[in-house]
Amino acid sequence: MTRPSPFGQPDAAQLLEAAAAYLEKVALPHLEGHAAFHGKVAVNVLHIVAREIALGPPAAEAERTRLEALLPMAQGDLDALRRRLCDLFAAGDLTLESPGVADHLLVTAADRVRIEQPGYASLKRL
Amino acid sequence: MSDLDVIAAGLGRVVRRMAGPQARASAIRRLSGGASQEIWAFDVEGHGPRGYILRRAQGGAPHSVSAQSIGLATEAAVIEAAGAAGAPAPRVVHVCDEEDGLGAAYVMERLAGETIARKILRDDVFASARAGLARQCGGALARIHATPAHTLPPLPYSDALEQLDRYEELYRSFDTPRPVFQLAFKHLRTHLPRPATTTLVHGDFRLGNLMIDATGLVAALDWEIAHLGDPAEDLSWICTPSWRFGQMDRPVGGFGDLEDLIDGYRDAGGHPRVTAEAVRAWTVFGSLKWGVMCLLMYRAYEFGVDRSVERAAIGRRASETELDLMLLLTGRL
Repeated sequence: MTRPSPFGQPDAAQLLEAAAAYLEKVALPHLEGHAAFHGKVAVNVLHIVAREIALGPPAAEAERTRLEALLPMAQGDLDALRRRLCDLFAAGDLTLESPGVADHLLVTAADRVRIEQPGYASLKRL
Repeated sequence: MSDLDVIAAGLGRVVRRMAGPQARASAIRRLSGGASQEIWAFDVEGHGPRGYILRRAQGGAPHSVSAQSIGLATEAAVIEAAGAAGAPAPRVVHVCDEEDGLGAAYVMERLAGETIARKILRDDVFASARAGLARQCGGALARIHATPAHTLPPLPYSDALEQLDRYEELYRSFDTPRPVFQLAFKHLRTHLPRPATTTLVHGDFRLGNLMIDATGLVAALDWEIAHLGDPAEDLSWICTPSWRFGQMDRPVGGFGDLEDLIDGYRDAGGHPRVTAEAVRAWTVFGSLKWGVMCLLMYRAYEFGVDRSVERAAIGRRASETELDLMLLLTGRL
């Protein structure tokens, strides 16, 4: 479902994969202690960005569709819709018990965690 | 001078004050971990080498980047008071002053054991330690909470309501809409219990900050956000899903059950009004706090206070707490 890159090959995902593989397999074995810890985080960051490129656009689109259903009168981009939902929670006009709210928030959080930490154990509780 | 040169010169002065003119510091190395503090390990050679830890404010700065941190000298005084009350705590041997040239810092004895959560939760050598650890943690917290007030340095008071206000204000200052956080703040306003009593609260009692050996809990480390407040906070923080390190079935730190934690707490004289219900409500708040903290720590990167990749990346851990909050609020966790 990924659109072809306007820059052709190598695309962003391939570049990230190459950089991550270098850091992980070549550079990291030479690092120790504090430096090794930050090196591992750097590898993880590249994997997050790669997953965001692949999974981010469809997740954002699905979130937007759900928000438009929950907030029929609301307009604007994803940020504006999220702000509107926050305002309704703060005012008590929508709650966890309102139809569709819990499902929307669970699915949205899970989609995000699948990008940012696909191994996170709580995903198995869905 | 590099960081290591500054530390080596400072530790040279410190060990001469600690152990006499012949003493020298060796095997100086920086340990990873420690959000707003530098942690260095070193040995003192004199009457046979002995291991020590230097805890120092980031870059020796007098004020830590974390607004809640109480400062290194106060932290050292809290550790001494809690240790004197029978709590498992490290032994502070030297609080640094201007003469040492290390900025805000103190030296404590290095304890043997393991702090890395995943090893404690998975390695066979810790199997029997894990079995009794929830009760031990309950007992340790009861002793921390029993530290007499008159032995403590002045500390900030912070209960659930104060923290809810503070974290909600922080969240608002980020100006980035997080509907789950907003919902959780609203929910907790009416669900957080009133404090059972006021005690010393460790504030960061969880795996990663606990020294564990094959027999169990050796000491609670990382006292930098100690305060006065509701003791239920300490029992709940170790139950926060992010601090279960993947073992979601074991609510206490990924290794134990809440009943054992509370039994251990009661048996060691812990307050009877610290109930499982109070701990569960505070656990929801624990996830929310950790989520806001992740965004706050990322701010240190954004504002150039700490340009490390770790500070940048931690902002992306906020989503795990959104998932956990929803699972907790819908009874799935």
